[in-house]
Amino acid sequence: MMNDIGGPHVDVSNLSVIFGKGRKRTAVVKKARFHIARGQAYGLIGESGCGKSTILRALAGLIPHYQGSFIFDGQPMTGARDKAFFRRVQMVFQDPYASLHPRKQVYKVLAESLAIHDMDRREERIRDVLAAVGLGPNFMYRYPHELSGGQRQRVAIARALIIEPEVLLLDEPTSALDVSVQAEILNLLKTLRRERNLTYLMVSHDLAVVAHICERVGVMHKGIILEELTADDLRQSRARDSYTQDFLQASVEAVAHNHDKDMQ
Amino acid sequence: MSNELTTNPVRSFSSLREWLTAPVPTSALQANAQQLRRSWLKLLSNTSAVFGLVVIVLLVLVALFAPYIATHDIGTNDLANRLQRPSWAHYFGTDELGRDIFSRLVFGSRITLYIVTLTAIIAAPIGLIVGTTAGYIGGWVDTALMRIVDIFLAFPSLVLALSFAAALGPGIENAVIAISLAAWPPIARLARAETLTIRSSDYVAAIRLQGASTMRVIAKHVVPMCIPSVVIRITLNMSSIILTAAGLGFLGLGAQPPSPEWGAMLSSGREFMMTSWWLAAVPGCAILLASLAFNLLGDGLRDILDPRNG
Repeated sequence: MMNDIGGPHVDVSNLSVIFGKGRKRTAVVKKARFHIARGQAYGLIGESGCGKSTILRALAGLIPHYQGSFIFDGQPMTGARDKAFFRRVQMVFQDPYASLHPRKQVYKVLAESLAIHDMDRREERIRDVLAAVGLGPNFMYRYPHELSGGQRQRVAIARALIIEPEVLLLDEPTSALDVSVQAEILNLLKTLRRERNLTYLMVSHDLAVVAHICERVGVMHKGIILEELTADDLRQSRARDSYTQDFLQASVEAVAHNHDKDMQ
Repeated sequence: MSNELTTNPVRSFSSLREWLTAPVPTSALQANAQQLRRSWLKLLSNTSAVFGLVVIVLLVLVALFAPYIATHDIGTNDLANRLQRPSWAHYFGTDELGRDIFSRLVFGSRITLYIVTLTAIIAAPIGLIVGTTAGYIGGWVDTALMRIVDIFLAFPSLVLALSFAAALGPGIENAVIAISLAAWPPIARLARAETLTIRSSDYVAAIRLQGASTMRVIAKHVVPMCIPSVVIRITLNMSSIILTAAGLGFLGLGAQPPSPEWGAMLSSGREFMMTSWWLAAVPGCAILLASLAFNLLGDGLRDILDPRNG
């Protein structure tokens, strides 16, 4: 937190996203406000439909019609995102079964990112990034349907990392994976952040996942960020807001319940 | 190792097999070859598709080697031998001018394949480009392009082809243009429908977030996903292209009389149907067989290319 020199890396204020018009008008995100320092990991947590993924998609430029300001590294971002932005900010999607083109080999997927950004030493970069996400060069010429869910997500992370971004937007990167694979991917994300000094904005409904990765967490409910907690607060269930207390309680009970089931 | 490969053909065959079945491909070429091999094996297990494929391959071979297969000159009339029944001298008999029907049929396969291929080459890319562009960009581009498609679809295809053939004058090239004009709109529709589902998928969002331009997304990510269904569609359409071509020939707007186009042969044989059935029946059966073959192959291709059907 002390490397916070020259303002936050990602600074979002008064972000609102409204879908529909007239009577069907619904505000999915209401005046969200948070900031992330360079190299920090920030988590957004909340039940499904609370608008946390929408924030991510709005920041990435997939939802163009949002209100409010998004200042990235001191520069306000407006309108359509350009190539230079995507060079620095990348996203990892929730479902690795849907986010890889079904007819492209791993090699092609990674080479295309390099081609878009005109980067050199392609062969070498692809080998390096595959090694970094824990996949050998054997995987270069595989199609997505020949890979497991965890392997696919590793490829998706490799695709995001290969152009050496500064910020990763993580949209529930582990929720489509089974539990043992989840842990592997989370540890991978943690290591990568340390090694490459990446800034993370992570969205999840899973308390354990967010607490594992992020230093600070925003709890969302019905489009509003109710309060911000540190990872320690989360672990100790120190919350001020009554919804947050309920949410934490429910999560802890669910975890305990699963744990009991596993023990039996 | 490489010396052994060249000196021992059996050994090189088995190593090709190993190369094709290796669990871990080491190059893009090998991975593609393996993928192709799997599709090929899948196609071979489909009896009716294999039948269609065999008929089409035979048709192509006949067209290629027509001068060697034909038993008689198709240009010379032999009025002394007109309207002969099928016999060993004339396998399918002779027509009203004494020309050998078998030989004409053999040369006619060239015209049929020429029309079918040319139409596919013209109609498929146009339909694909219009459909994917409309579907991906959306908005007014979509509206404008799809209304044009609707207008073309509103005409019965034979009537549309007929009016174009009439306007441009009879002839094979004009028949091809006319048939292509009628053939691309359904492909555009299909490609657009496919694109609409692809457009909202995560992998398109992912490549957009890599910074890819609209052109790149359409050409490299949307089009490859649409190609299988377009190939299936155009293969299934081949039969109707053959029928339309034959229909135009039959009505006198396609290939002109001395040319051995199957539809034109059928048309001139019509007058002698009661007395000499083979004049109409032989080209008719050829059209039937060719159309059937393309339909069966199209069905087989759908089984291997379209993941939703298998």
